[in-house]
Amino acid sequence: MNEGRIGVVETRSFTFARPPDTFRLECGETLSPVTLAYETYGHLNAQKSNAILILHALSGDAHAAGFHEGEEKPGWWDEMIGPGKAFDTRTYFVICSNVLGGCRGSTGPSSPDPSTGRPYGARFPFITIGDMVAAQRNLVDHLGIDSLLSVAGGSMGGMQALQWVVKYPERVRSAIAIATAARHSPQQIAFNEVGRQAIMADPGWKDGDYYDGPGPEKGLAVARMVGHITYMSDRSMEEKFGRRLREGGRCAGGRNIFEVENYLHYRGHSFVRRFDANSYLYITKAMDHFDLARGRPLWEALRGIHAKLLVIAFRSDWLYPAYQSQEIVRACKRAGLDATYCEIDSTYGHDAFLVETPQQTHLIRHFLRKVQCGQTTEAYEI
Amino acid sequence: MRYSDSLRQMEYRTIAGLVRKESSVLDLGCGTGDLLSLLAVEKNVRGQGIEIDERSIYACVARGLSVFHGDIDSGLSEYADKSFDYVVLCESLQEVRHPDIVLKEALRVGRKVIVSFPNFAHYRARVQLFFRGRTPVTPALPFPWYDTPNLHFLSIGDFIAYCSLRNIRIARSTFLCERGTIRLFPSLRALVGIFVLSRPETPPHPSRT
Repeated sequence: MNEGRIGVVETRSFTFARPPDTFRLECGETLSPVTLAYETYGHLNAQKSNAILILHALSGDAHAAGFHEGEEKPGWWDEMIGPGKAFDTRTYFVICSNVLGGCRGSTGPSSPDPSTGRPYGARFPFITIGDMVAAQRNLVDHLGIDSLLSVAGGSMGGMQALQWVVKYPERVRSAIAIATAARHSPQQIAFNEVGRQAIMADPGWKDGDYYDGPGPEKGLAVARMVGHITYMSDRSMEEKFGRRLREGGRCAGGRNIFEVENYLHYRGHSFVRRFDANSYLYITKAMDHFDLARGRPLWEALRGIHAKLLVIAFRSDWLYPAYQSQEIVRACKRAGLDATYCEIDSTYGHDAFLVETPQQTHLIRHFLRKVQCGQTTEAYEI
Repeated sequence: MRYSDSLRQMEYRTIAGLVRKESSVLDLGCGTGDLLSLLAVEKNVRGQGIEIDERSIYACVARGLSVFHGDIDSGLSEYADKSFDYVVLCESLQEVRHPDIVLKEALRVGRKVIVSFPNFAHYRARVQLFFRGRTPVTPALPFPWYDTPNLHFLSIGDFIAYCSLRNIRIARSTFLCERGTIRLFPSLRALVGIFVLSRPETPPHPSRT
């Protein structure tokens, strides 16, 4: 297989709803202007029929693949996007944007409020997964694309993919929803709330008005540490860390700290450097309030949809357990959707959607080919 | 591989011959999608599979089939009545935990149900059981007792009696041995039985909500 790399990419930005226009949110409030940071990989064909929108999870950004100038770390889904990869950029035009409410170039709580010139902070309006998707639709319009070949993402990205299908059914030919849910369970809301409380309990948070100081760094780091625990499985932690001690690392009492503690500290601290605490609050709230069916039976929300669905879950994912994906699948059956579901036997927990490349690549590559060509063959290769 | 290739191919071809063009098919226990892809290519059916084995799912997806990873026993209740023109149980009825419930559900979900299964009362099986006192192993039942996916062992006679008991209409039946279709003494000579079933016409029941 001719696998290759995308090479150096740049994040671009698109601004819409400039005054006097506004972007109306589901809560009733408006934003003006709205900027989305985005990247694209591959080429849009003449019919504009090969575009795929990639949707990121809670802490992701527009940089899904390739390298930024001078950086050694590729985008967050580089294993899956590129020449010869699952989202093959020789065939498809791949778009990824930072969500509304984010802090990586898109309008969010850390953006300046035009009415004051200071960051919105806690004055930023309540946003939803539906608002994120509506903002993306503006970007897709701007790129001149009427119909997306697919929308795809894991975790919160999967929520957006499902929301796209329900909100703009005429604009998407397929959706790939990975390790996700049609709505959060109380357990998922509870873990998010612990993260939010850690941020808000930090004296540095200052009711969200911390942008002239260091901000709630400890609180945000703790939130991220809790998050990382939920992203792994008991077994993946055992394999990765065991009970090994960290050489030279000391904590109170003069004892060596465990590798797992060191890992969480490292993850927490590195997160603080790239993520805004208020964005964390707003985005986790958007996830918690997401309900694809809005109180109706889920199958009714999916009725009449012609998009093909690929739903993927991971056996060891206890944050987004497979039963949540099966709920989506059951609704597909009832609503008569053309859908495929696979529960991948992985030990990586929720993180699996970022690391279980071969299985996902196989499923996604063939699924996209079917969506594009609509063919069934008797011959096949694994 | 479940059993001899030629017998299996004959079974698939026979089932394909029973299915109308451009119809919708739900294949329960579709395996790697051999039958479903044949139906898609030759009969242009709108197919959906359900399969428990993860590796088989990858094969189905590679063939461009739509398939749900899950077990049949709990996989039908969500479907509305008459969601498919055909529900197919090809060599899978004997592998489910509750065949009675699965068949009842299949008859609800499909306008017609096509069932094929290995005949436990084939004369070779009878000989092995009667004279040797051994669990039969035949081309259609190739597994030793300690390593078999089959949970139930039924004969063609059993199945016909069952349909009569449950008031299920047998619209058509075809019997296969290694050389082809047979008509005489199928209970003794058939390795595989293939049945097209439908629910007896009943007055419309209260609408489901």
